[in-house]
Amino acid sequence: MPINTLQQEKSTLKNVFTDPFESPDFYAIDDLLTEEHKLIRSSIRDFVKKEITPYVEDWCQKAEFPVEMVKKFGKIGAFGPTIPLKYGGGGLDNISYGLIMQEIERGDSGMRSTASVQGSLVMYPIYTFGSEEQKRKYLPKLASGELLGCFGLTEPDFGSNPAGMLSNFKDVGDYYLLNGSKMWISNAPDADIAVVWAKNEQDRIKGLIVERGMEGFTTPETHGKWSLRASGTGELVFDNVKVPKANLLPEKDGLGAPLLCLDSARYGIAWGSIGAAMDCYESARRYALERIQFDKPIASFQLIQKKLAEMLTEITKGQLLNWRLGVMKDEGKATTAQISLAKRNNVEIALNIAREARQIHGGMGIIGDYSIMRHMANLESVITYEGTHDIHLLILGQEITGIQAFS
Amino acid sequence: MKILVCITNVPDTTSRIAFINNDTEFDKSGIQYVIGPYDDFALARAVELKEELGGTVTALNVGEAYGDPVIRKALAIGADDAIRINSFPKDSFFVAKQIAEVVKKGGYDLVLMGRESSDFNGGQVHGMVGEMVGLPVVSPVMKLDIENGKAKIAREIDGGKEFLEVNLPFIAGCQEPIAEWKIPNMRGIMSARTKPLQVLEPVGDETRISLKKFSLPPEKGEVKMIDEDNVEELVQLLKNEAKVI
Ligand SMILES: Cc1cc2nc3c(=O)[nH]c(=O)nc-3n(C[C@H](O)[C@H](O)[C@H](O)COP(=O)(O)OP(=O)(O)OC[C@H]3O[C@@H](n4cnc5c(N)ncnc54)[C@H](O)[C@@H]3O)c2cc1C
Repeated sequence: MPINTLQQEKSTLKNVFTDPFESPDFYAIDDLLTEEHKLIRSSIRDFVKKEITPYVEDWCQKAEFPVEMVKKFGKIGAFGPTIPLKYGGGGLDNISYGLIMQEIERGDSGMRSTASVQGSLVMYPIYTFGSEEQKRKYLPKLASGELLGCFGLTEPDFGSNPAGMLSNFKDVGDYYLLNGSKMWISNAPDADIAVVWAKNEQDRIKGLIVERGMEGFTTPETHGKWSLRASGTGELVFDNVKVPKANLLPEKDGLGAPLLCLDSARYGIAWGSIGAAMDCYESARRYALERIQFDKPIASFQLIQKKLAEMLTEITKGQLLNWRLGVMKDEGKATTAQISLAKRNNVEIALNIAREARQIHGGMGIIGDYSIMRHMANLESVITYEGTHDIHLLILGQEITGIQAFS
Repeated sequence: MKILVCITNVPDTTSRIAFINNDTEFDKSGIQYVIGPYDDFALARAVELKEELGGTVTALNVGEAYGDPVIRKALAIGADDAIRINSFPKDSFFVAKQIAEVVKKGGYDLVLMGRESSDFNGGQVHGMVGEMVGLPVVSPVMKLDIENGKAKIAREIDGGKEFLEVNLPFIAGCQEPIAEWKIPNMRGIMSARTKPLQVLEPVGDETRISLKKFSLPPEKGEVKMIDEDNVEELVQLLKNEAKVI
């Protein structure tokens, strides 16, 4: 056999040997993790390196959702890792869930969005508010990636104020008749099922499972995004959709139900955004050491060092927030306001780090050879969805003063 | 099919290597450990063979307790149980002796390991185990299939491949592309929690190598660029400066 074919066969080894990635851990937060947590993190990191990083630039340039990733996420166990094993989940704790989100978002926020929506916004409400029959019917298939789900709360005229939603359903005897529309829905164009929030005749918000193929249900795609381009986004349109009564989530009603889902997803975002920040920081650190200007690496200039020092400081603070929040979540103590604080803080610092990292990369920072501009553009969605940056201020403001300032 | 896979616990290949105690001891501080890359290929193929043909995979490590995370990873990837021989792997002979004990008692159809470890790169253990237990040894194995109770093997030789058929049981030192490395999934990690890990004390402490001193390879020298038309200068430099021809 010619030597070069032999070498080709052996090249996988070389790629992994030369991978320079290091995760910043300035405060030895790893000491707070178990060996199992670290194995989870390294496994998802390897998965992301193998299945996402080599292709994500291309998916984003083409604004293409890679449907094949749904099954791959299912196989590795990224969908609903905290859901019990008997429903196909991972049975893991919240630190594990956080680490999974962190590593996926190190790859891409859009890919993390797909996993967040499936786990926290589709599997979580079915697990928490669903009947035993619904859990058995949907959860194992969602966990394995056989089914993709989406979560419909936002409407064209009701974003920050979902309580005002117009989507509604009527009891017409054998089934419910659902009308209305949802907008900005992640996974919508490819989803097999949608967990939809709509008002009943008593004006109470309830969750319904709507399946693709039900007459009058369509999911037009939203085109022209400059952000989360590897994640599909679309509308959900309900025109007299007949929804079987068995598809109503029985266990909870009121806005509190979808807000509980958001707590779970926002927690994952607090971790995920730190993943994106770490990728930007690492890339900037390496670039600063390699790039020579005025006969020196640019890392030798104080202004660049200031940027890097501030990045590491903010990442470290974010890591500590996440770890503590995860412990409290496992103890059942984490509040909505605490989760808001972490989501808001960590997305903001990630976005700032992406912008500073982009500057350190100079012109190189705007092209797809580096992940920076992609992270930066992605994070503009992340800072808006799951409660805008300012809405989280109002949640905290209400917590501090006892006075709601939303309306 | 009863398969034994021997795995080493070695420093991650991106680790910074340093020595302490007058260069007589490897500095373990801050080192991340991984399954030896070649052993990882062996493990991946073992798990595939189990999926194909049924049976069990046992992971074996000769090492101290700090190697347990790596053993848990092997269980998460798909080994059914594991054995750790509780001793620092002093040299190839000592390790081979420990493995031979397990092989003798276990009645395995197949004993797989990496062609060599990636710390000392001795590449001797499979040969020694074969000698100690009286089984054939094949290494480095690039392809391994079991058909009708016989192994079909492709082995790397200088500049080519050798194709062999071997009766079970035997011992193989494996390398890529025998299988693709497996990344444990979350369910595997969860189920590894409860899989049995048996810790056994070593038999004997005989070694054949005594370690005098470690040293790092010399720093890379300056690179000299030579014009592609100037072969004469290249030859001159190789002869007089590098003194390699
Ligand atoms: C890529 C992407 C994916 C998404 N995926 C989903 C999904 O899967 N499911 C889903 O249901 N939704 C999804 N959303 C919707 C997202 O949650 C909403 O965009 C978000 O809640 C904001 O709503 P809006 O866009 O209508 O903005 P608006 O609510 O109109 O807000 C506009 C601005 O006004 C500010 N504002 C609003 N009210 C107040 C106030 N009282 N005080 C001060 N400032 C205020 C906001 O902070 C914001 O800056 C997604 C959005 C994007 C961009």
